[in-house]
This record gives sequence, C-alpha cells and structure tokens, in this order.
Amino acid sequence: MDALNIFIKAAFIDNMVLAYFLGMCSYLAVSKTVKTAMGLGLAVIFVLGITMPVNWLISEYLLSETGLFGVDLTFLRFILFIAVIASMVQLVEMVVEKFSPELYAALGIFLPLITVNCAILGGSLFMVSREYTFGQSVSFGLGSGFGWLLAIIAIAAIREKLRYSNVPPALRGLGIAFILTGLMGIAFMSLMGIDPAALTAGK
Amino acid sequence: MAETAVKAPVVEKEPLFSKKQKVLITDPLNDNNPVTVQVLGICSALAVTTLVVPSVVMAIAVIFVTAFANLFVSLLRNSIPTQIRMIVQLVVIATLVTVVELTLKALSFEVYQQLSVFIGLIITNCIVMGRLEAFAMANKPWRSFLDGIGNGLGYGLILIIVAAAREIFGKGSFAGFQIIGNTPDYFINTLDSAWFGWYSNNNLMVLPAAAMFVVGIIIWIQRSYNTKLVDIS
Repeated sequence: MDALNIFIKAAFIDNMVLAYFLGMCSYLAVSKTVKTAMGLGLAVIFVLGITMPVNWLISEYLLSETGLFGVDLTFLRFILFIAVIASMVQLVEMVVEKFSPELYAALGIFLPLITVNCAILGGSLFMVSREYTFGQSVSFGLGSGFGWLLAIIAIAAIREKLRYSNVPPALRGLGIAFILTGLMGIAFMSLMGIDPAALTAGK
Repeated sequence: MAETAVKAPVVEKEPLFSKKQKVLITDPLNDNNPVTVQVLGICSALAVTTLVVPSVVMAIAVIFVTAFANLFVSLLRNSIPTQIRMIVQLVVIATLVTVVELTLKALSFEVYQQLSVFIGLIITNCIVMGRLEAFAMANKPWRSFLDGIGNGLGYGLILIIVAAAREIFGKGSFAGFQIIGNTPDYFINTLDSAWFGWYSNNNLMVLPAAAMFVVGIIIWIQRSYNTKLVDIS
C-alpha cells in the first residue's frame, strides 16, 4: 500500500515537471507532436525506473559509512549517480535502436539527452534526501516517470491544437509554451492537498 | 585599419579583451540569451527563484561552473575520444559542482539548505552541457572561458529578474528588506501611506507556476523589441 501511495504522490501531487520544473529542456523541445512525446516519455519512465533502485543500492552500500568501505564517501555521490545514469541511457539507446528503429529515428538527438534530463538526477537526489527504502525508491522512480509522461503528453496535445490559433507573434512558440505550462501547473496544484495515505486508511 | 585586416590571419596574439572577445560576453545577455533564446537551463532555474538571495548564489555558482567547465574541456578537447566525450564532460562538471556544493555548505549553510538538490542539479543544467558541446569542444581555452562567463551571466540575469519580480509582488520585499505591504514592520508602512495602501501580497507569485508566467512575459517583451528572434514556424 505504501508503494502505491508513493507512486500516486510522485505522479500527481509532486509531479516532476509541474511542481518542481525538472526536465524542462526536453519537455519544451520535444513536445511538438504527441507521438514523439509518447516515445520520449516511455524512455524516461524506463530510465528512471532502473536508475533509481541502482542509485539507491550505490548510496546505501558503497557511499554510506555503514557500507562496503566503512568510510563516508557521500561527496562522490554526484559523479557516481551521473555515471550510472549515462550508462543506463546508453543501454536504452541500444535497446531502442535494436527493437524499434523508427522510434529511434524519431527521437534522434533527444535520446542521449535524457542523460542531462534533470528529472533523472533530480529523482535520485530527492530519493536520498527523503530517505526512501529500496521498495519505495522503485515506486518513486516509476511514479515520477509516469508523471513526466503525463505532463509531456498533455502539453504536446495542446501545442498540436495551438497551431490553428492566432497567437501574438512575439509569444509564438516558446513564450506561449511557458505560459501554458504555468497554467497546467496551477491546475495540478488542486491535487496538492490530497494525502493518499489518509485516503487508503479510509479517513 | 587596413593594415590589421591584412595581418589578421597571421597574427595569433590579440588583446585579452578585444572587441571580438567582448561579444562573447555581451551576446548571451540579450540576442543569444541561454534561457529565453536557446531554451537551456530552465530546469534548475525556476524552482529557486522565489527569493532574491538564493537566486544570486545560484547565479554565481552557475557562472563559476560554466566558466571553468568550458576552460577545462577546451584544454582537454584534443585528447578526448569522441565516443566517450559525454562521460568525460560529465565528470568535469560533476567535480566542479561538488566543489561548489562543499564550498557553499561551509560558507552559508542556510542558503545551502534553501537550494537543497538544486545545486546538485547544476550538473544536468543544459547550459553547461550545451555550451561545452557547442563552443568549448571547438574553441581555444580563453575564448571558451569568456563564453562560459557570458552564458552564466545571461542565465543569472534572467534568474535575478524573475526572482526580483516574484519576491517584490509575492512577499513585498527585496533581498529580505520589506518594501511594500500592509504590516507595521514594513519599510513603507502602508497602513499610514495612501500610496501603497491598495497593495496586499499576491500569493500566486510565490507558487512555482508564477515563474513560468514571468519567464513567458520576459520572452514576450524581449521579442517585441527584438523582432529578429520571433518564431516564424
């Protein structure tokens, strides 16, 4: 039940994009059509779902004082986390290239750029600062990935429709995308007061 | 003038701050701003802009990291194998960010706590990575260093404008000093002053969503004046 609560909280209430503005670069750059947005969102779910538990194991068994070396190595956290993420993205890239060449062509440069998607590293850093357990970190990873997918599909759908509307020239493209994201953020804020734990306890 | 034009291809040494070098610093402030034009580094920028002081610290940290990451990668650029250049760049960036993090933790623990994970997220700040790929891998160390400073300044400029707007309208203060508002401890006590009596704090500006609106409006103003930036598509 705990895992489900964390999943819901990460996906809807603490949404990576709309509550923390993480992963904005690829969010704004790839959200022109729903199809590519979907592909990138799935890749992000996959990378988050894998790197989160791996980074949990690293910070628990290698970097902490009670870990393998018995020394406090937390200052190495950034370098190790980013190395894990970079190698996972490389793996995803090879898998996608093998099984779905058309998606690989559609995503192009943005697949390697998942490495520098702040949502991935941010997720790992949030996981450390919130002191999740192993199971919780898995569901937090999947939940935040799912929330990211939701947000990018929503903005891509709006931007597809936006092509037919008359936006002031100076606001076209980037400006209107920023304002739309702000409006979506406000809409998502209405979910903020919800406490999944209280709901499942029947209160 | 003509003489220098003839000499130009031969002469290697030029003054440290020649006109060509100055452009590297001034261009990212407006025409090629990393946030509003190149769409880089929005990720870690917007969440820290509720108050001015953490934003200034963040801006300084990013200027430091972009400048030195550009310098070091530019020095190494001929010996980095292309296949693993991403990892090499990330290691350079991560090392610099660790230095910044530990320094900040030692100097001002309070600000360090306010910025929490966002200092770490400078690693994945697209400005750093983007400038390394686009500039430092192909240019000499000194020029890359200036480009790093310029882009860091351009980012910091937007960050501080957004933070100032949000703090003044959201909290009625600037960098911690109360300016407008309706409680007696404010600098201009609006209970007595008819000038600011109408104003009460706008809580919307404290919400994360307001940062998006402020950046959207900055882009709107900038592109109205600078029409060559308008998106034609």
